[in-house]
Amino acid sequence: MTTASTASTTAIADVKDGAARTARRAARRRTALVWAGRIALAAFVIGGWQLSTMWGIVDPFFYGQPSGIWKRLVELFQHGTQFGSFYQNIWTTIQEALAGFAVGAVTGVVFGVALGQSRYLSDVLGPYIKMVNAIPRIVLGSIFIVAFGIGVTPKILLAAVLVFFIVFFNAFQGVREVDRSVLANVRVLGASRMQITRHVVVPSALTWIIASLHSAFGFAIVGALVGEVLGAQSGLGLVIKTAQNNFDPNGVFATMLVIAVIVLGAEWLIGKLERRLLSWRPPAPTEANSL
Amino acid sequence: MASRNDVATSPGTGAADQADARIEISGLTKRFLTPAGEVFTALDGVSFTVEPGQFCAVVGPTGCGKSTTLSMVSGLDRPSEGSVRVGGREVEGITDGVSFMFQTDALLPWKTVLGNVLMGPVFRRVPKQQAQASARDWLRRVGLAGFEDRYPHQLSGGMRKRVAMAAALINEPRILIMDEPFGALDVQTKAIMSTELLSLWEQIRPSVIFITHDLDEAVALADRVVVMTSGPGSVKAVFDIDLPRPRGSVQEIRFQPRFIELQHQIWDTLREEVERAYALTAGGAA
Ligand SMILES: Nc1ncnc2c1ncn2[C@@H]1O[C@H](COP(=O)(O)OP(=O)(O)O)[C@@H](O)[C@H]1O
Ligand SMILES: [Mg+2]
Repeated sequence: MTTASTASTTAIADVKDGAARTARRAARRRTALVWAGRIALAAFVIGGWQLSTMWGIVDPFFYGQPSGIWKRLVELFQHGTQFGSFYQNIWTTIQEALAGFAVGAVTGVVFGVALGQSRYLSDVLGPYIKMVNAIPRIVLGSIFIVAFGIGVTPKILLAAVLVFFIVFFNAFQGVREVDRSVLANVRVLGASRMQITRHVVVPSALTWIIASLHSAFGFAIVGALVGEVLGAQSGLGLVIKTAQNNFDPNGVFATMLVIAVIVLGAEWLIGKLERRLLSWRPPAPTEANSL
Repeated sequence: MASRNDVATSPGTGAADQADARIEISGLTKRFLTPAGEVFTALDGVSFTVEPGQFCAVVGPTGCGKSTTLSMVSGLDRPSEGSVRVGGREVEGITDGVSFMFQTDALLPWKTVLGNVLMGPVFRRVPKQQAQASARDWLRRVGLAGFEDRYPHQLSGGMRKRVAMAAALINEPRILIMDEPFGALDVQTKAIMSTELLSLWEQIRPSVIFITHDLDEAVALADRVVVMTSGPGSVKAVFDIDLPRPRGSVQEIRFQPRFIELQHQIWDTLREEVERAYALTAGGAA
């Protein structure tokens, strides 16, 4: 009796095991296929570019050449630029972008949460914020450079302004979307205004805020680079501008590559932060590991 | 901690507290401004009293203003006319000692089960250790020991309701108001939860206003059933339920002759209103 039931349980377990193994194999095959597709696409684009410059279909003098970009990249890292080492220029841009990102994100969250909770404040400040938002903000870079010189300050400010609006609108919207019955619940439980902000409003808006941070770091880099192109003594924007003036498309592409790596790195960090802060969220259906 | 244990061992609170827990609703009227700019009367002169420690159920057709009444008892909203008095004092804003269980899920999804139950004590600045101990104790009482670290989305609907119940009761309210708390649950879970609610209520004996659309539930739980008219809401009739306490299982009380008799009486009164409300909405839809 006991042995029979044990045997049948084992049989069921075996069947389940088998099904799990098949599902896992299918998942692995799919991953392999995806990666094969990705690599093939990259090989096609980069290889096609390389070949068409070698065969003279496009002129590498204007459009660059993958092998040339690679050579230029190695050169930049080994011999630096006319404004100090390449590393130093990279560091300048990262610093400006990070500082601008921090200033913009913090002010964006503070204003978004404050205006989202106060009808009066949002009525008073709303039109002005919309007006400033309507200005093509890159133009502010020129003003900042006139006002603050060609140091890091104008770049930080420009990056901060770009980041501010993205984060602000998201934080504002997030606060407005707070669930009404959740709010009523904590009010009845005796929460003060500060406690409501801390325990309900900010965590609820956090989903929106963090979503905005992903694109916001890209904008911080744009702000820093544009500021540097407009006038600087160091930074990747300056490297790009110099390469452009020297008819060196490979130099532009090489710097671009470095910038992309920086943004992807920041994206990865923000993704980690997101998973940490929003660990309470139910996994999205695609993330759920349903076998 | 000590005071909670006292309460738990001796049902019913001291005589001084008793008078504090009377709810007097008199002439309660609420008007809303519709988007079109017209005045809509949701409640018209609602009056009834809930004695200290009494369990009062309110039934009425949907849209008759039951939730609106509760929002004014809790102080979340203000009446257009009339008043709500709790313990002789007029309600103006959130009243201390009132807990609310909502119709919809009102748990914070970013807090664990323990964190959700801890909210009341945290907001009232109870020392952390004491708060934790009492939250764990309440989770045990509602049968959720071992689920402290789960998030609400990892629980079933019934378990979420238990968390909400613990979160409402941990403040040891004088007044407990509940807006169709088990309305979204399946029949079996609902019966179990109702029985558990009764036994917890018997331990701390707050005055209760319990809204439901389930007449059986109202009769099985309550000392008094208030029937409301369809919109604008007013009180149509009040029935005293003389079924003995403790009532035990909610499923079994349904078969007692006295239960059936009361149920029929109230249904006769309520049916007319439900039909009228239905005719109104059906007419509006046609
Ligand atoms: N904030 C509001 N503005 C306008 N009308 C409202 C508002 N809240 C409730 N009402 C109306 O008041 C009536 C009573 O609502 P409610 O109290 O929720 O009914 P129920 O008895 O089903 O709980 C309904 O007709 C509803 O449309
Ligand atoms: Mg309602």
